[in-house]
Amino acid sequence: MTAPEPLVAVPVRHWGRWVSGALVLGALALLATAFARADVQWSVTREFLTVETIVRGAGRTLLISVLAQALGIVLGVVVAVMRQSGNPVTGAVGWLYVWFFRGTPVLLQLFLWYNLGLVFPTLLGQPTTDVMTPFVAALLGLGINEGAYMAEIVRAGISAVDEGQTEAAQALGMRRGLVMRRIVLPQAMRVIIPPTGNEFINMLKTSSLAFAITYEELTLAARTIYINNLLVFELLFTAAIWYLLLTSVFSVFQYYLERRFARGSARELPPTPWQRVRTNVLRRPRL
Amino acid sequence: MSGPMVLAEQVHKSFGRLEVLKGIDLVVERGQVCCLIGPSGSGKSTFLRCINHLENVDAGRLSVDGELVGYQQRGGKLYELREKETAAKRAEIGMVFQRFNLFPHMTALGNVAEAPVRVRRLPRAGAAERARALLDRVGLADKVDAYPAQLSGGQQQRVAIARALAMDPKLMLFDEPTSALDPELVGEVLDVMRDLAASGMTMVVVTHEMGFARDVADQVVFMDHGVVVEGGSPAQVLEDPRHKRTRDFLGKVL
Repeated sequence: MTAPEPLVAVPVRHWGRWVSGALVLGALALLATAFARADVQWSVTREFLTVETIVRGAGRTLLISVLAQALGIVLGVVVAVMRQSGNPVTGAVGWLYVWFFRGTPVLLQLFLWYNLGLVFPTLLGQPTTDVMTPFVAALLGLGINEGAYMAEIVRAGISAVDEGQTEAAQALGMRRGLVMRRIVLPQAMRVIIPPTGNEFINMLKTSSLAFAITYEELTLAARTIYINNLLVFELLFTAAIWYLLLTSVFSVFQYYLERRFARGSARELPPTPWQRVRTNVLRRPRL
Repeated sequence: MSGPMVLAEQVHKSFGRLEVLKGIDLVVERGQVCCLIGPSGSGKSTFLRCINHLENVDAGRLSVDGELVGYQQRGGKLYELREKETAAKRAEIGMVFQRFNLFPHMTALGNVAEAPVRVRRLPRAGAAERARALLDRVGLADKVDAYPAQLSGGQQQRVAIARALAMDPKLMLFDEPTSALDPELVGEVLDVMRDLAASGMTMVVVTHEMGFARDVADQVVFMDHGVVVEGGSPAQVLEDPRHKRTRDFLGKVL
């Protein structure tokens, strides 16, 4: 028996797609020419990308974001476990924590930490103003606020793990802490990581609020310069490029992290972007 | 220690206002295979979970290997067991679930070796070697590195049996081990259970597989509405039931 002849058919033409594509491209072109003709000195934007003040500011943005997010994750796991425990006191305290720190603006919380010296003149035997530097206040303000959000994310992750997993682990003689550490949390990670990556990208940008308590991160660094040279737009674009760079690099990192924790839940891991390029562009399937 | 492996006297258990077990009496001798049969909602699974301390008994006495389940008796008073003590007792009882409950983030080998390493504190290499031997025993020597999602239902359940055996249990509990399986996969799991019974393991099996009960069980117990309606040898309960309720049930499933 011979194989039947392959079908030859005229594919459907998507005229609407051509029209909408052209419209969007036209709008983009207008925007681009508007900015090209505007009174912006793009060379200044580029020059300031590598100026020490800006680079140091970007470094501080990254530093405070990483540390505050780490603090938030630790607090989030602790509070989520507190809220799951049978103890009504720890449960209520966990609820109160989330209620207060999620319910008030982070900017206000930053001011609270920074001005702690007004109500507690000394801290750990030192003048509070010495201990509560802009860095420490920003770390506590951003990290503790983040903890309230992370607590909810971790809680959702824990409750997404099937009850049978806990039972099977208990039936093997594992105790509660061990079950949480070895069985429940690793599986909860798959649910926890995507929103946590979202939170971290948010943190990279929200950390700019720390400029209000004089922490010299990227936005404040740009502002310090443009207040002197008055090239406001140029410097804001410099900062924007740095923010985009930081968030883009992290997005790639997150992709591979998610892939790592997808083990066991999918029969086959999703392709990496490079593998996707290879299959789609280099070895395009013929239709 | 002699005496029966499982001894239940007037065991009661309620969930809120719903009384699920209304006085269960049961004796399972060492080395015996006891099959619990009955319609769904009759309390078979709940009773099995009580034996493994997954539920606490409300009234009556339930003991495994001569020790009370969930409580300790000291000077005429009952003391609830601490989590550590409960965990230690569970470690000596193997349990196999209807829905396998394998750990999806670990390979077959990881599933089997996890508890020996973490609970018994065996050295990793030794535990892995033993896990391989157990997977070989259930016919899965070539699936050592597979994740549960890459295995068929029957293979997953056999890994689950190997996982329970890795703790050297003195008693194995099976909660409808073949109910979630495609019909053609039931046989491979029952074969493993037959071998296990032949090796002298004490087993309590909640099942709808009447053929298995007839061939393997020393004792078949029919439960309905939270009570034991009748129990005895498979021939007697399955071929010549005394009670109408047993006859009605068997008429539907056989």
